[in-house]
Amino acid sequence: MSLADDLYRETILDHYHNPRNHGAIEHPTAQVEGVNPLCGDELTLYLNVKDGKIEDVKLTAKGCSINTASGSMMSELLLGKSVEEANQIVELFKKMMLDKKEEVVLPDDLEDLEALRGVKKYPVRIKCALLPWNTMLEGLGNALKSPTLD
Amino acid sequence: MSKLNVEQIRKDFPILQRKIAGKQLVYLDNAATSQKPRSVIDALTGYYEGYNANIHRGIHTLAEEATDAYEAVRETVRDFIDAEHTHEIIFTRNSTEAINLVAYSWGNANILPGDEIVLTAMEHHSNLIPWQRLATERNAKLVFIPITEDGQLDMEEARKLISSRTKIVAATLMSNVLGTINPIKELAKLAHEKGAVILVDGAQGVPHVKTSVRDLDVDFLVFSMHKMLGPTGVGILYGKTELLDAMPPFLSGGHMISSVWKDKATWTELPWKFEAGTSNIADVIASGKAIEYLTALGMDNVREHEIEITRYALQKLNELGDITIFGPKDATLRGGVISFNVDDIHAHDIGQICADAAIAVRAGHHCCQPLMRDLNVMGTARASFYIYNTKEEVDLLFEALKEADKVLGHVACR
Repeated sequence: MSLADDLYRETILDHYHNPRNHGAIEHPTAQVEGVNPLCGDELTLYLNVKDGKIEDVKLTAKGCSINTASGSMMSELLLGKSVEEANQIVELFKKMMLDKKEEVVLPDDLEDLEALRGVKKYPVRIKCALLPWNTMLEGLGNALKSPTLD
Repeated sequence: MSKLNVEQIRKDFPILQRKIAGKQLVYLDNAATSQKPRSVIDALTGYYEGYNANIHRGIHTLAEEATDAYEAVRETVRDFIDAEHTHEIIFTRNSTEAINLVAYSWGNANILPGDEIVLTAMEHHSNLIPWQRLATERNAKLVFIPITEDGQLDMEEARKLISSRTKIVAATLMSNVLGTINPIKELAKLAHEKGAVILVDGAQGVPHVKTSVRDLDVDFLVFSMHKMLGPTGVGILYGKTELLDAMPPFLSGGHMISSVWKDKATWTELPWKFEAGTSNIADVIASGKAIEYLTALGMDNVREHEIEITRYALQKLNELGDITIFGPKDATLRGGVISFNVDDIHAHDIGQICADAAIAVRAGHHCCQPLMRDLNVMGTARASFYIYNTKEEVDLLFEALKEADKVLGHVACR
């Protein structure tokens, strides 16, 4: 077990140092605050959903490296996906991080997320990786409920 | 050089031999809890193997031995904090319970609507929440003494805020974040001049600074044995006799009674009036050994060692450049608690990289969320020292922080 292999892998550090889709959306279809009360980490997720598709996603996060990198990877992967596909990807990622028995195999197009698998070896940090994804679930639900803008 | 023989001391602490993934443990989380010497650990097994019995009730040999050992610790504690009477020492579960005892028992009997409870901006949640609840219930007001730029109590403000409306001042002896040692004697004088009482949270201070309740002239003092070489599960409440005598019991049930009828009961005398139910006998007995250990070292020597290592750590960590250290810059004004942030790196990431080097530090809000907001940070990393820590360990911390800065520093957008 080494930190560089498990937690601070190159992919994670890249997303941490240069988080993708960082910022805010002025008139989002959904805006959700995610909080991790144990460590005080906070993030705001902005979504633009049109015709059941994620047209834009932005994040502003005040959190640790794992939290920031996980949110960045998530935004990159879910941008352009349908709400249904996005929900499936979120559930698959959560299963990968939380399932203690079954080793979840990721499809090729999600291979970036492989970098986060090492976080499982540090149980207290799993919640850091999951915060953006749980916030996304809530955001997707809200986006579907909100009246269509067009 | 301090008079402590640190090399010899380290041999008394079995856990310091521990290796984590092949690396020697560096324990710098003493503000959370200290490690325990062999004598304390042996006292626990000695009690369970030799004279385990419930105290105060039995007539048999074991019960007498256990009662004697338990009550002897009360006298050890009295002597350690220089209280006038042994019955002024109450055993609780921890400092938090001791503060709750005062907030409920003394607070409910003395706080009226419009009264003011004066706290400081650097209180641990344990010396804040009980007073918040009391103030809400009694329609009283909480008033906070602010801190200065370098993390000291603003005594000019304190003189204004402690007024004839003040009923109690509750302040920490030493901040568990900033390390600041507060001028308790002066605060006690201000409180008493206005007819108020003062409670001192000594959880962080008493393990590190020689404390005399008579010299400070405080009305209540609370502290926890587990931060001063003792086991978990033992807190101490000191209170002046006349105050404790006038207070109703906090918890009630067995052991704290004098006579009981079906519909009423009378309370027993101090200190047992406040010790309902079976006490934490083994841990109290082992706590006596912890105090004996510190007394043998001499609290002045403990303090001297900590000033030395804190001064060294402040100077060494500042070499990082990208570091923000909170609290007083002068090691003589503070205890061996150093909270810091490195180059905007999240405290949990710093904690993780230190853990990888087998260094135990604390990361987060340290149960001081209001203070974190005042300092405008989400959290900090914290290294805290005790009698067995060395300058070499500070050097190892420095190397780990350099590594953290290399891996995670210089973030583009935050």
